[in-house]
Amino acid sequence: MINLMIVVTNITKSYHDTLALHAVSLHIKPGELFGLIGPDGAGKTTLMRILMTLLLPDSGEAIIDGANVGENIKRIRQMVGYMPGRFSLYQDLTVEENLTFFATVFGTTVKENYDLIRDIYYQIEPYKNRRAGKLSGGMKQKLALSCALIHRPKILVLDEPTTGVDAVSRIEFWDMLKKLQQKGITILVSTPYMDEANQCNRVALIQNGKILEIDSPANLTKNFSRKIFRIRSKNMFLLIQDLRAFQKSESVFAFGQFVHFMGIYDQVKKIELIDYLTTKNHENIVIEETKPTIEDVFIKRMIT
Amino acid sequence: MKKIIRVKNLVKKFGSFVANDHLNFDVFQGEIFGFLGANGAGKTTTMRILCGLSAPTSGEVNVAGFDIVRETEKVKRKMGYMSQKFSLYEDLTVRENIQLYAGIYGISSKTRKEKMNTLLKKLELENAQNKLISALPLGWKQKLAFSVAILHDPAIVFLDEPTGGVDPVTRRKFWDLIFEASHNGITVFVTTHYMDEAEYCDRVSIMDAGKIEELGSPVELKEKYHAQNMDEVFIHIAR
Repeated sequence: MINLMIVVTNITKSYHDTLALHAVSLHIKPGELFGLIGPDGAGKTTLMRILMTLLLPDSGEAIIDGANVGENIKRIRQMVGYMPGRFSLYQDLTVEENLTFFATVFGTTVKENYDLIRDIYYQIEPYKNRRAGKLSGGMKQKLALSCALIHRPKILVLDEPTTGVDAVSRIEFWDMLKKLQQKGITILVSTPYMDEANQCNRVALIQNGKILEIDSPANLTKNFSRKIFRIRSKNMFLLIQDLRAFQKSESVFAFGQFVHFMGIYDQVKKIELIDYLTTKNHENIVIEETKPTIEDVFIKRMIT
Repeated sequence: MKKIIRVKNLVKKFGSFVANDHLNFDVFQGEIFGFLGANGAGKTTTMRILCGLSAPTSGEVNVAGFDIVRETEKVKRKMGYMSQKFSLYEDLTVRENIQLYAGIYGISSKTRKEKMNTLLKKLELENAQNKLISALPLGWKQKLAFSVAILHDPAIVFLDEPTGGVDPVTRRKFWDLIFEASHNGITVFVTTHYMDEAEYCDRVSIMDAGKIEELGSPVELKEKYHAQNMDEVFIHIAR
């Protein structure tokens, strides 16, 4: 294989009786922004920890820029920057002390690589003498990212950086990642938010330790060849109940202000649905065909 | 319509920092009320006050007909609470968890038995009643956590980010439960970072820097901001 930054082949990992990863394979190209999309417990953190040389797989192989994760631990740690899901900096060191510490550990200085973190670090620099434990959530995140970047890694690995983060801060965070990508850093990021898949070049949908699908977000939705109706009426609760009871319904799920409906074999026609809902006394009925989202794709793969 | 929550001029200060800056809002019986806002906007502070866990610096807060400062314990009997992070004891069984919550909420032993059986049946957990919570799939845990939060038939249930990190199917099944509770007259007060879930609410408030910047139905707010969805509304206000 030529020119791949990360190659994961058939990795399996169990914790006692729990199968965390089951024959997972994927590859990531240099400079790619790759997303690992899946809910809690899907295996995202386990895969990242294996890649970060913090955990050994039961079987299978992972290669990062030519180095095997089970063998070339020191080389790999020099070339990766890792931001774990839980805040893992030293709470009782100041902002500046944390940054200096991580630079020193990797045999470099803050000054040498300041250009890489400037856009992120300048926002917390006014608080450089504050202890890390006293920072707000957003500031902690910026400090953690700065510390993960201070040794100028080739690859940046971020475990759920946007979990519990509001919609506005999430947008800002993804903007930051894209700027880092433009500087040539390969990025692997995990998230439980399906809509964030669209920010990535390619994504792996992962659930219960298995990869459901790997592709670009555009292809994932394009290749989803089912007919979806989005439906709205005055009473959402009754609408969902009635649609589920409809004999030709295959799947019925709430999607924001609409309900996404798929009929068996895609045979259901709009007029049938209108007639049916009218007999059920629904008011202000809106029914139209719609394009699938990443969540539609994920749900379909989960339940079949 | 009957008001379940009445908040008048609520102020909460921590030293010189004003976390809640003169909040005024009502929540009606049976509605699903979405309590939205950016991180650090002051949502958690308000939630803690509404639940009687923290006292307001000034202002008037009435929940389920009781004053939250003078009649805190009475309020607590009328409310349920569930968060995604912590609700059930993982090392207790399904049955033990139900017993524990029934005891905490002071449900009499006769009613407790009835409630236990009805609940186990409804959730189809009869065969799993002696299993540890840690052994249950997430979807079951969520159903059970929600059910014990409303075991004592409260007037209102507070849900603090109940669906964070949850898969798209389980997340939607959880909202089925919310719709059902609301349909049965229980008021639901919910926080979330998923803006599609904001669309499911009857009304939402959006907080920013300690103040409620907007309050209305999703349809009203989308019209006002000429937005396609609540995501756009939220970003408009919180940015």
